[in-house]
Amino acid sequence: MLDTIGVSSLEDLYAHLPEDVRFHGALNIPFGKSEYEIVDYFRARGGENANQHANFLGAGVYHHYRPVLVDAVVSRGEFLTSYTPYQAEISQGTLTAIFEFQTMICQLTGMDVANASMYDGSTAMPEAAMMAMRIAGRNNIAVARTVHPEYREVLGTYTRHQGVPVKEFEYDPESGQVDVESLAQVLDETTAAVIIQSPNFFGVVEDSKQIAEMAHAKGALLVYVFTEAVSLGLLEPPRDADIVAGELQSFAIAPSYGGPFAGILACKEKYVRQLPGRLVGETKDANGNRAFCLTLATREQHIRREKATSNICTNQALIALMATVFMALYGKQGLRELAGQNLAKAHYLGERLWRRFNGPYFNEFVAATGVQSAEEINRRLLGFQIVGGLPLDRFYPELGNSVLLCCTEMASRADMDAVAEAFGA
Amino acid sequence: MIKKVRPHPTQNEALLFETSSPGKAGYQLPELDVPAVDPAEALGAEHVREEIPDFPEVSEVDVIRHFTRLSTWNYAIDLGLYPLGSCTMKYNPRVNEAVARTEGLMWIHPYQPDALSQGAFAILADLEKALAEITGMDAVTLQPAAGAHGELTGILLVRAALEAQGNARKRVIVPDSAHGTNPASVRMAGYEVVNVASNDRGMLDVDALARMVDEDIAAIMITNPNTLGVFEEHIAEVARILHSKGALVYMDGANMNALAGISRPGDYGVDLMHLNLHKTFSTPHGGGGPGSGPVAVKKPIEPFLPLPRLQHAPSGWSWNYDRPQSMGRVRAFYGNFGVLVRALAYIMAHGGDGLKRATLDALLNANYLRKLLESHYEIAYHAPSMHECVFRHASTGAIAKRLIDYGFHPYTVSFPLIVHGAMMIEPTETESKQELDLFADALISIAQEVEENPEVVLAAPHSTRTTKVDEVAAARKPILKWRG
Repeated sequence: MLDTIGVSSLEDLYAHLPEDVRFHGALNIPFGKSEYEIVDYFRARGGENANQHANFLGAGVYHHYRPVLVDAVVSRGEFLTSYTPYQAEISQGTLTAIFEFQTMICQLTGMDVANASMYDGSTAMPEAAMMAMRIAGRNNIAVARTVHPEYREVLGTYTRHQGVPVKEFEYDPESGQVDVESLAQVLDETTAAVIIQSPNFFGVVEDSKQIAEMAHAKGALLVYVFTEAVSLGLLEPPRDADIVAGELQSFAIAPSYGGPFAGILACKEKYVRQLPGRLVGETKDANGNRAFCLTLATREQHIRREKATSNICTNQALIALMATVFMALYGKQGLRELAGQNLAKAHYLGERLWRRFNGPYFNEFVAATGVQSAEEINRRLLGFQIVGGLPLDRFYPELGNSVLLCCTEMASRADMDAVAEAFGA
Repeated sequence: MIKKVRPHPTQNEALLFETSSPGKAGYQLPELDVPAVDPAEALGAEHVREEIPDFPEVSEVDVIRHFTRLSTWNYAIDLGLYPLGSCTMKYNPRVNEAVARTEGLMWIHPYQPDALSQGAFAILADLEKALAEITGMDAVTLQPAAGAHGELTGILLVRAALEAQGNARKRVIVPDSAHGTNPASVRMAGYEVVNVASNDRGMLDVDALARMVDEDIAAIMITNPNTLGVFEEHIAEVARILHSKGALVYMDGANMNALAGISRPGDYGVDLMHLNLHKTFSTPHGGGGPGSGPVAVKKPIEPFLPLPRLQHAPSGWSWNYDRPQSMGRVRAFYGNFGVLVRALAYIMAHGGDGLKRATLDALLNANYLRKLLESHYEIAYHAPSMHECVFRHASTGAIAKRLIDYGFHPYTVSFPLIVHGAMMIEPTETESKQELDLFADALISIAQEVEENPEVVLAAPHSTRTTKVDEVAAARKPILKWRG
């Protein structure tokens, strides 16, 4: 090959690089390891983390069972090692699966259009906010303090440098739901979007209908965020929202220390031209057979460059495929039953503890710790191989001695009894 | 009526919604060990939905067959050469997949106490260190979820660093050969885009650039090697020009596969850059994600990196949120951890020497293809190629489709935009000489067909289950979901 090229050594292949840009040293990275050593290293690191613990953490990442079939599908090289499906004729597998994904997200959320997925929920939310700003032609965002605190931080990062004011509104200390008076104070004719999450960060279901009416009365859009996708198996979908941004981690995506996950962005039909990200559409091939392809690319960066709706390039195709397989397996009946089990488990524990808020809750709730500190309780639980809930003062200084607990279908009755006991219930 | 008229790899596979039958399901839940709760009572009847209309009702066998059949309609690296330029479609080692599914790595919750995640911290620290070494930079954030997300993070870092000096400035220079995400990221960071033209060697025009740089310029965003596969030979000079006016140099590291082990951007004036772990470091593209786009920076920019940062104390690793100058958070939690695990596995398998060898092989393969094809296709620029080469042909789109009939994925079509009829070819180091020879033969044969039998090329592909897809019709009347 070197002869064909006309050089005598591999080093000659970059001999044209100026001296001042060449690296003459050796990279200080240990010599290449065998497969066995690599597996061993990661097994050892895994062993240094919590193992075989029961887990009552939620807060945007949920321990749900992952059906075995999910990895069987996503491990197929044809899905795993293919690129973004630009060449439709040899990408019908990925394209068809995304079309099914878009359809199921619409069915779940009650929206008309869904894109092919986003990085995660926390980045889908600011994209939804910017989308609302383009649609409304306004430059102000109102976000509930009950939206995931880290999502709000990301929103701050995305908006701060574009000169977009973000106003937060409070929650009702009794119900844990949006305080509508506080919302009314920040909402005006300059507000592009009102952003709420439901179930919210405290696990409480919001009354999105009332909030939608308030937003629409001022000409603002309602952006509805969810972090616990399983809730949509039981909860009325946010039909009154204009844009839905959410996180699908609950659909067979492993917690994996926070990523990779898959976000969704869905909206009303009339806003599709402002929707960022990939979209798959149905069409026909030359023989008149049904076929799918990427479409409406004129919204996107590779065509529009600095005038694009977003800089987003790829979606999270393989992770979205996990969610697609999950939705297919559980289906109409299974998702409802799964959601029902989550509801039952959370209420089994929730009704035994002193809950901070009296609003309706799905599979998470905030428990007051009483005279003990959250740390003491969690330390005791660790002795039983149980990871307790999230102490909330980290994000809400006013909520001292409060723990956010989550019970999924994986929470056993015995472990929940142990938690109740640790709380002194 | 006989419905199944084709063998299954080519049959008309129905969508999940079309094969559904009421009552079918592919799941089993354990028996509930606590009392059931009435949803209407617990949530309020107004909050409880009716059943989800048209949601799938299929069996486990239906599901595995459906997705297995769909998979057979995809081309993939596992099937052959995938020469998409600037996408670095190299082999995705399976050991990476195996280690990412290690129980103790897959099931860790981001909010579990730091003491219970020490193994995860060690992995992140090892990867940060390796990426800093490879790029010649001082610090790395692993948080960005993808290349474009890394770009946005990078430009926001530029803004934060300049703001700390009192003036964020107004504009960012982007070469006309850049990927579309570059200008889009600049806009999202609140800067105006100034385009700079490439010269006749396919490189940045340094004189034009020098005239352009003033105190309003915040940074240049430069891809190196650029999207023509050409090393920006004057990059050190470019950095001096920018720095002399107090501006920064951001490098898009999408093409780092050409540099690992032979050239470190941190050594010649690049202030910050992103990497695409799904390119250079072999994590699978997965049909369009997940990716990961770490950003590496020089010391002066380190204080501005996104929250949180790794920190080490005698008691162990923890997350540091006390970083007053930080640009803020770019996503929830700590990055695409599962992708980071795979990238570290790749780096471990190669070691420092192996990474350099991979780079040299990538250069070898690209230059070998260039040589084989040069007498049949017009090379866009005569400057030496690094890891990819760009040819031009008026029928680039049709030739790409015809390549499918020869058993290959097409190259990148019509990009970069500055080359009319661009054919951008990146073989990567993981292809053998045999595969490269077959690919070159295919392209040479198609060049002949274009002359002698253009119809066969224009109507390609002929061998696929799906013949040419009507993308125009798809955009004219968008059908974006199944309507029954």
